[in-house]
Amino acid sequence: MRKIIKDQKVIEDQWVELSDEQCAETLPKGKLIVPVSAWQAHKEQLIAHAEPIGILLAPDEQPADIAEDLEHFALVAISFPKFADGRGYSSARELRTRFSYDKEIRAVGDVLRDQIYLMARCGFNAFAVREDRCINDALNAFNDFSVNYQADAVEQKPLYQYR
Amino acid sequence: MYVYSEYDQKIIEERVAQYRGQTERFLAGDLSEDEFLVLRLQNGLYVQRHAPMLRIAIPHGMFTAVQMRKMAELSRTYDKGYAHFTTRQNLQLNWPKLEQVPDILEELASVQMHAIQTSGNCIRNTTSDQYAGVAKDETVDPRPYCEIIRQWSTFHPEFALLGRKFKIAVSGSKQDRAAVQVHDVGLYLTHNSEGQLGFKVYVGGGLGRTPVVAPLVNEFVAEHDILSYLEAVLRVYNRNGRRDNKYKARIKILVRAMTPEVFAEKVNQEWAELKDGPMKLPQQEIDRVKACFQPPAYEQLDAQDSEFLEKLESDGSFKVWVNQNVADHKVNGYSIVNISLKDTSRAPGDVSAEDMEIIADLADKYSFSELRSTHTQNLVLADVKQNQLYELWQTLKTHQFATPNIGLLTDMICCPGGDFCALANAKSIPIAEQIQRRFDDLDTLHNIGELELNISGCMNACGHHHVGNIGVLGVDKKGSEFYQISIGGSSKEDAAIGKILGPSFDEDDVADVVEKIINVYVEQRTDGERFIDTCRRIGIDPFKERVYAKNN
Repeated sequence: MRKIIKDQKVIEDQWVELSDEQCAETLPKGKLIVPVSAWQAHKEQLIAHAEPIGILLAPDEQPADIAEDLEHFALVAISFPKFADGRGYSSARELRTRFSYDKEIRAVGDVLRDQIYLMARCGFNAFAVREDRCINDALNAFNDFSVNYQADAVEQKPLYQYR
Repeated sequence: MYVYSEYDQKIIEERVAQYRGQTERFLAGDLSEDEFLVLRLQNGLYVQRHAPMLRIAIPHGMFTAVQMRKMAELSRTYDKGYAHFTTRQNLQLNWPKLEQVPDILEELASVQMHAIQTSGNCIRNTTSDQYAGVAKDETVDPRPYCEIIRQWSTFHPEFALLGRKFKIAVSGSKQDRAAVQVHDVGLYLTHNSEGQLGFKVYVGGGLGRTPVVAPLVNEFVAEHDILSYLEAVLRVYNRNGRRDNKYKARIKILVRAMTPEVFAEKVNQEWAELKDGPMKLPQQEIDRVKACFQPPAYEQLDAQDSEFLEKLESDGSFKVWVNQNVADHKVNGYSIVNISLKDTSRAPGDVSAEDMEIIADLADKYSFSELRSTHTQNLVLADVKQNQLYELWQTLKTHQFATPNIGLLTDMICCPGGDFCALANAKSIPIAEQIQRRFDDLDTLHNIGELELNISGCMNACGHHHVGNIGVLGVDKKGSEFYQISIGGSSKEDAAIGKILGPSFDEDDVADVVEKIINVYVEQRTDGERFIDTCRRIGIDPFKERVYAKNN
């Protein structure tokens, strides 16, 4: 089973990512992550699924598009097709601060150790680190800094509120 | 000048460790070229034509004699003994070794310096007026706000990987010396009708392939709300800016596509949620940062020193230098002195390690140990006593720092160009030299008067050619270097993009063409009319006719 980082620990991943096509067929057992388009097309069937459902947001899909359905999702996965695409950072931040989403937010795709520190500050608490990289090494990223200037999804106040 | 707190110091030290780890993982093959590229760019490290180039941040252009000496030492130890001041008030080393960069950063951290976000698609160094805090025409000192913005933008978790680079400039005086309106965000400090302090906010200016003077998107954002407003601007950009084409990824393209009105509306929606939250700047924090920019211990002096006036009368060259390179100071008996880095002996903005040490000594002796860099690639001693100007001038002269050309044709902005830069289509430094040699007669130069000539070696426009009164752009035509010339640009409060005269010129003809343009101006100008004003009055055609006239 694939390993991921969740809440700063390496664990075995229990979720399965489905494509649009797979969502149109009989759903497999287990915890399922589905694309926004599939969710919109097969909402009733997915709500009826016996185990938790998660949603996958592409970088150009906005949290506002799924805001009304957030209660149905035990997880929001945000995809990073490229390491340097920073749109998903805003998505996570909005989910946490604007929509008060408090369950798992997972970074998937081109996710490397070097993004993790800032991603965590934006509200990600799970990281599907690229499988060709050492996941245990990626754990070190949480210690990159001990001070931050800004408020973020975890820390409510900027440094200047503490000075 | 801002002095680091324990937090600021901790952050840059932790950054050195983080970057050292990244470099080690790259050298060990655990990070690919492409992955490391993104990481090293966030730290100002480019790989150039001959070697890597490291850009060191000089926040809002202010630094100390101690920092200058450290940079001299670094340029000797890790480079070839010289460095280059850029149009964004930063300093570049042209020959460091990639594997030694973490050591350089560690040395920099020991004098409260860094290279954080000096390149890459992130929020860059916040730039400002080189006369901030001392200018006679200043309404509010912009430096504390620049520093507050620097801290907010340093490792901002949400905006580290934007679609493209993002530059902010701040000015607080009547005359704009910071090219505010050609930045991604340009801020003018201002008071509203109730006397409250805040900012006029321009968004979506920039040079490069699509030069744009920024539209005004908010007439007044109160000082306590500036960070939440910037956060809203950045979020709208990060979410909506184009990611499919790097030449269309700057915020200027987004603002234009949305229209400034719709963009402003979207920002306001975001802002509404942030404005009264914890991002509101407490007065206490503004005061804390302001305290770092308190005026130095000025002496009580006469407005006009008698010995100084006497020297002005008796020494003509001194008078020429004072008129051109010395600016009015808001405190009686003090002056602002520009150190010209635009003589023919050096590439514009270049300084040797010896130069840096000499300048550091001058800062110690004459200007409270502080220095400033300017967006026109010169240096400034901001607090010189009038009665020491003559002595200082003599020293500056000995070291070729006293060419009286600040604001004149030979005070060119010029990028490193094809001699160093991997992006360049053409050389720019030899063109600058060609023009400087053509106009080396001081009387001619002073007769021409105020004129900004800017040279870029490619359309990325690091040499700000679009906003030069005369702009020179290097282009590549079938493997040869040619130069396109534009006129009528301005980077000041009346910002404008220059108009291209027509087909480009051969490398050897650039100085001739500039001379023809100047001749048209000199013939056509009315009494006291500046080059830019004549251009605006008579239009581009008379210049065009002259430079493209057939020889007969």
